[in-house]
Amino acid sequence: MSETRELLREAAERLFEKHCNAETMRRADAGEFPQALWRALTEAGYTAALIPESAGGAGFEMSDALSLLFSAGRHALPAPLAETMLAGWLLSSAGIALPDGPLTVAPVRGENLAAKRDGAGWRIEGTASRVPWARQCAAIAVLAQDGAKSIVALVAAADCTVKNGHNVAGEPRDDLVFSGARAQEAGASPIPAGAMRALGAVMRSAQMAGALQTVLATSVQYACERVQFGRPIGRFQAVQQNLAVLAGQAAAATAAAEAAIEAASADLDSMAVAAAKIRAGEAAGIGASIAHQVHGAIGFTQEHRLHYSTRRLWSWRDEFGNEAYWAHKLGGEIAAAGAERLWQSITAAG
Amino acid sequence: MASSDSLRFEPPPVHRAAEVLRGEVRAFLAEHLPRRAITMGVGSWGGSDRDFSRKMGARGWIGMTWPKRYGGHERSALERYVVLEEMLAAGAPVSGHWVADRQSGPLLLRVGTEQQKQAILPRIAAGECSFCIGMSEPDSGSDLASVRTRAVAAGGGFRVNGTKLWTSNAHRSEYMILLCRTGEAGEQRHGGLTQFLVDLKATPGISIRPVHNLAGEHHFNEVVFQDVLLPEASVLGEVGSGWQQVTSELAFERSGPERFLSAFTLLVELARALGPEPSERARIALGRIVAHIATLRRLSRSVAGMLQAGANPAQQSALVKDLGTTLEQEISEIARLLVDAEPDRDSTRDFVAVLARTMMNAPSFSIRGGTREILRGMIARGLGLR
Repeated sequence: MSETRELLREAAERLFEKHCNAETMRRADAGEFPQALWRALTEAGYTAALIPESAGGAGFEMSDALSLLFSAGRHALPAPLAETMLAGWLLSSAGIALPDGPLTVAPVRGENLAAKRDGAGWRIEGTASRVPWARQCAAIAVLAQDGAKSIVALVAAADCTVKNGHNVAGEPRDDLVFSGARAQEAGASPIPAGAMRALGAVMRSAQMAGALQTVLATSVQYACERVQFGRPIGRFQAVQQNLAVLAGQAAAATAAAEAAIEAASADLDSMAVAAAKIRAGEAAGIGASIAHQVHGAIGFTQEHRLHYSTRRLWSWRDEFGNEAYWAHKLGGEIAAAGAERLWQSITAAG
Repeated sequence: MASSDSLRFEPPPVHRAAEVLRGEVRAFLAEHLPRRAITMGVGSWGGSDRDFSRKMGARGWIGMTWPKRYGGHERSALERYVVLEEMLAAGAPVSGHWVADRQSGPLLLRVGTEQQKQAILPRIAAGECSFCIGMSEPDSGSDLASVRTRAVAAGGGFRVNGTKLWTSNAHRSEYMILLCRTGEAGEQRHGGLTQFLVDLKATPGISIRPVHNLAGEHHFNEVVFQDVLLPEASVLGEVGSGWQQVTSELAFERSGPERFLSAFTLLVELARALGPEPSERARIALGRIVAHIATLRRLSRSVAGMLQAGANPAQQSALVKDLGTTLEQEISEIARLLVDAEPDRDSTRDFVAVLARTMMNAPSFSIRGGTREILRGMIARGLGLR
């Protein structure tokens, strides 16, 4: 790991450690937006981490910025950091300055939003489902299509209809209807529709890897403390073997997400992106299952912190394309390239 | 937390020269890969072919990381990794020099005498010399410390009696590295073990009997030592240090690309059978397997980088082998449901024959080189659970 990355990681861990305490997590779980945490994220420059320094960003390398999401995942960060980073990335691609406060992006589920000229400005038409944190955001960065061209638009939340929903972690996932919503600002962008989904998938992969690291550490600690039959349950081989599997899943998810982060700044079409979402998504299910088995009944309660991580794992694996979506895409590309090129395709991805 | 550090994987080092080398290896394979049935060597690292090993030796691709004075080429672990994975992915017949290149040679380099190193390492690097591993016995599999083959001091050397089992390629090898009991085990059970360098072709009293596997193939052997006299000079490393030497050897044995590419030939045949536009279900299955392989490659190259940096990533190696062999075993189970065909090892249809052989070899993947349960125990130790 580079020295910059390591320093950044340590700083992020300190910040998240301080702000993602039991009280904040409990309140956020009940739907309260963590204002103090958000101010700290903004002051640290994390919310603008994907914006080039020339455009008013924090001057992070893209790979360093994305690596912050490992820490965010480790702490089950109850705020739209990934989404605001993504919004900044979109907006800066069209030369639009990042407004203050939490932001989100639309569409996230492959819908098509149309951008239509209206005098000197643009209007947005269409429906975007399951938009993360929409109700908490004053504005939405929209990636819309004008024919084959991408238009990035900043739309005020007040200018669209919001229907509240949640993922299983209790995070807002709201349906938005844009009925000719006027763009506050808009501009052409070189980012194709698929690229935002790909970058979102890289982010969720890193978050899942971070969550799996926490779930592993929590489970190991619990297995060392919980005594049954006169000894810690971690002394039993059956439990040890399960935890070893969990460690393997956490390591695989981390490696896959790191590879995707390395690839993302050069090529969001890279196999590494699809591989990360597939591998981390699969690890999420296996890892959460083992963590709960190790924790027994206490881990199944709201009082225990395990669910902050496991419910996010169950949510994130389905967001920005689940394993089946990405495997279908990757498998189709591999098949089309042909059996003779299978190995070359794998090594070319780095 | 200590537990997360002992299972940490550093990002694999970037190595441009290794990618140039990859092109050279592919060109070599295009010219020299023997034309033969695709089923040859499935699940066993391509099978043994002395002629092919010699060609690789001539290219400098065996003993790549060793010092030049012993016939090596002083190249990096990452470059060696490229050669290994390209050979395995192509199904090249590399098992003749595999063990010597991977663990016997490095062990000789670390603990061998100058005379042993000079006599043997250049021959391995030339592809002229095969090694087999004399560890397992009829009553000593995972519990390696329980070996009973005994070496007793006699006439300035040692007299050996005992039986080794599951010894792959003993019938084709020039040398065995033999683990014997030479003294008392002690409380930790790890004392009193010694490794010997045994010349299988020139030592009287050794009998080698084939043990065919369930696929009908002959890789395994039973090797019986009856009053075999070994000279003092055949001791490898220190008398009584066998346990430490064996465990360091195993770290090299566990993390390489052979731990997730054993079924790669089947994956290629599956892709061929499915064609360029497979069903949705087949695409999903294929994409998932490729995602796993890409991830395993990164983990495995990470271990190669850590070995290059002089670290001892024993627990990471165990983890990579556990993940890798799990995937290898899944591939035949997935492939059989995507193509409507019954496995038949003698079929003229490549997919059908490779499926049968991969499936029948699959149980060995998570037994050889440390069983899944032993590896998971090592990972648990890395987590601080034992």
